[in-house]
Amino acid sequence: MGTMPAGRPQTADPEDGITPVPGLPPTAVDETVREAEERKWTPGKIALWAAIALLGGVAWFMLAIIRGETVNAIWFVFASVCTYLIGYRFYSKVIERYITRPNDRRATPAEYKADGKDYVRTDRNVLFGHHFAAIAGAGPLVGPVIAAQMGYLPGTIWIIIGVVLAGAVQDYLVLFFSMRRGGRSLGQMAREELGVIGGTAALIATLLIMIIIVAILALVVVNALGESPWGVFSVGMTIPIALFMGVYLRYLRPGKVMEVSIIGFVLLMAAIIGGGAVAGTEWGAAFFHLDKVSIAWGLIIYGFIAAILPVWLLLAPRDYLSTFMKIGVIVMLALAIIVVRPEITVPAFSEFASRDNGPVFSGAVFPFLFVTIACGALSGFHALISSGTTPKLIEKERQTRLIGYGGMLMESFVAIMALVAAISIDRGIYFAMNAPTALTGGTVETAAQWVNSLGLAGVNITPDVLAQTAKDVGEQSIISRSGGAPTLAVGLAHIMQQFIGGTAMMAFWYHFAIMFEALFILTAVDAGTRVARFMLQDSIGNFVPKFKDHSWRPGAWLTTAVMVLAWGAVLLMGVTDPLGGINTLFPLFGIANQLLAAIALAVVLAIVAKRGTFKYLWIVALPLAFAAVVTITASFYKIFSPVPAVGYFAQNAAFAKALADGKPSFGTAKTTAAMEAVVRNTMIQGWLSVIFVVLSIIVIITAVIAAVKAYRNAAKGIANVEYEDPAQPSRVFAPAGVLPTPAERELQAEWDKLPADRRLEHSARH
Amino acid sequence: MNALLTGLRGFAGYFSGVLGADAYRKYLEHHRDSGHAGPPLTEREFWRDHTDRQDSNPQGRCC
Repeated sequence: MGTMPAGRPQTADPEDGITPVPGLPPTAVDETVREAEERKWTPGKIALWAAIALLGGVAWFMLAIIRGETVNAIWFVFASVCTYLIGYRFYSKVIERYITRPNDRRATPAEYKADGKDYVRTDRNVLFGHHFAAIAGAGPLVGPVIAAQMGYLPGTIWIIIGVVLAGAVQDYLVLFFSMRRGGRSLGQMAREELGVIGGTAALIATLLIMIIIVAILALVVVNALGESPWGVFSVGMTIPIALFMGVYLRYLRPGKVMEVSIIGFVLLMAAIIGGGAVAGTEWGAAFFHLDKVSIAWGLIIYGFIAAILPVWLLLAPRDYLSTFMKIGVIVMLALAIIVVRPEITVPAFSEFASRDNGPVFSGAVFPFLFVTIACGALSGFHALISSGTTPKLIEKERQTRLIGYGGMLMESFVAIMALVAAISIDRGIYFAMNAPTALTGGTVETAAQWVNSLGLAGVNITPDVLAQTAKDVGEQSIISRSGGAPTLAVGLAHIMQQFIGGTAMMAFWYHFAIMFEALFILTAVDAGTRVARFMLQDSIGNFVPKFKDHSWRPGAWLTTAVMVLAWGAVLLMGVTDPLGGINTLFPLFGIANQLLAAIALAVVLAIVAKRGTFKYLWIVALPLAFAAVVTITASFYKIFSPVPAVGYFAQNAAFAKALADGKPSFGTAKTTAAMEAVVRNTMIQGWLSVIFVVLSIIVIITAVIAAVKAYRNAAKGIANVEYEDPAQPSRVFAPAGVLPTPAERELQAEWDKLPADRRLEHSARH
Repeated sequence: MNALLTGLRGFAGYFSGVLGADAYRKYLEHHRDSGHAGPPLTEREFWRDHTDRQDSNPQGRCC
């Protein structure tokens, strides 16, 4: 055994049993040094955190307690950022110390499985951006907008507190445990930890949830593009642009990703500007003016083709474009809000906060606000990303806190920005845009009349304002453009034109916003269809082995078609729903997403219990219990509520009775066919709710059983089965946080002195 | 001016990392470090393989 430069012996650590690789400096900062550094509170550090806490406190006070005429948007920024910083610095450290207990002496999969392709050590700050781009999409931009019906405060509290205590916890823990398992997927972990029943239920639930999520995301796009020639043209142009980029990268200049992304971006801007010109011509307005049903069918056909085309042709290039836009847009939005600092006139709690019959989404604050805002506060879908690509790229175990927890905080910030953008517009416009046509009547006159009849404080809208707003953003109408995306686009255009360009640029900014939301969603739709298809193929493969062969064309096409038809059916149901698709279906999206979160947290609960961490199990149990209570209560309302607007079966019974009584129209359904559609839709939606909730309860119960078993085993001294990959010594060092600490810098200097040839990973020879 | 350029270059480097544009460079590094006997894939071959492997190993994109 040699000695390290620092003079420490190279023997196996009694704690973790890892024998360091000889001849290398330590691969982790010494535990006692790090501890001392962390626990040492210098006056400067105390002053800094006191200032952050104070600023955050004042900001929360301004948002929650002060009831002025208006509130400035900057307080949203301060309240959220200060809370995130405190949550990151203190709460995630508690999780790190007591639950994950990362060990930097241990190699990560990116090290011991390094292949230069899937398993690649990635700089922590780069990976942070990469992970963020993979988890954040249209979700955090849409949910908060819809939830603004209740006023700004319920949504703000849930987004900020929810992410600190639930969403970021889930992302961090799933990422960490997947990394310890060589980057295994959530489904595989569920199977190992929960057994066959729990694992199978988790798999089926995941598959169904993906269908629902893809369908409702697609619905958001359809609602944004319906009867909008400009939008249809510019979003449609993303397809040829992506194809061109794909060919460019494959044949012309392989690997020039940055270059092609910039070209793509320029073309995209041209498509937005060109869209305005095309929509201005008579033939353009006629040709690209499509109703929602046609767009939905177009999307379904597109979804099928996109999912069977090779990745290089469409998906990969659009993914680059989408990432490029994502980072740019979010930085721009944050900057604009900080610079413009709009005054918000929306009340903290609106008139609908205490009612369950809001026009945008129905149901009371509890539980429906908590499912309407899923992404940004707690998003189960992230568990699929955190157990997919990211764990295979992590350089050091301690970095999981920055990437998992920090990445989700960032998404939450996006949700807050979206909320601010949506509430910066006039409330009258908000309700005219987000209520279903059945209520607004579809014209500016009827919409204005309806909005004014709501009796909202300070709201008095004229048809002229609605018509003028539509004209400003280059749309024929903005009435009943539900789904969140158009509202956000109006809000963003409203803020951005004060930042750059003035009113003349409003139409550009509006369509810019629609474009990037559509881009994110189309990428999610493609990728979601593909992932779901593979899951289905593997499941069928258990019975018909031929299906497991992913390159078998008929199998691939058949399963793709099944998946596309599944989400396509839900999409069409939403588009044609006489009650307004978003109003009825959006809760299902949130419920599905959070049930997935509950499943992920249940798996994590079982893992944490098996590791013998019982004292701090509440850190996982708390968000799990909350997600379970919210989603199960929401599902029960959807299933059992006697209020037709809330309960699917109650609605079903009401319409079925009307049909049986031979009524020609009922409620918002003006024809017999529409009434039949409601009966059919509510039945499907109701049963979907039943299936979701049953599957989730199975998963949660099996997880609780696994946790109890682990507890009993621990009491009896029996070792629990461990599914982690065996520990291997690390041979690299990298700091854990964004900026290295003094101790990390010191150690890094030691590594930098090492001759280059000894720093390399010769162990990975194959 | 120089500081600005360095800053811009740093940002571009970071951005290309986030996009995944540096995948080939990292593959070459890995190839060299792990002492493979054969020659590495060319840039064209690498990117071809890179996207083709995604065909059979799809990655979700979140909402």
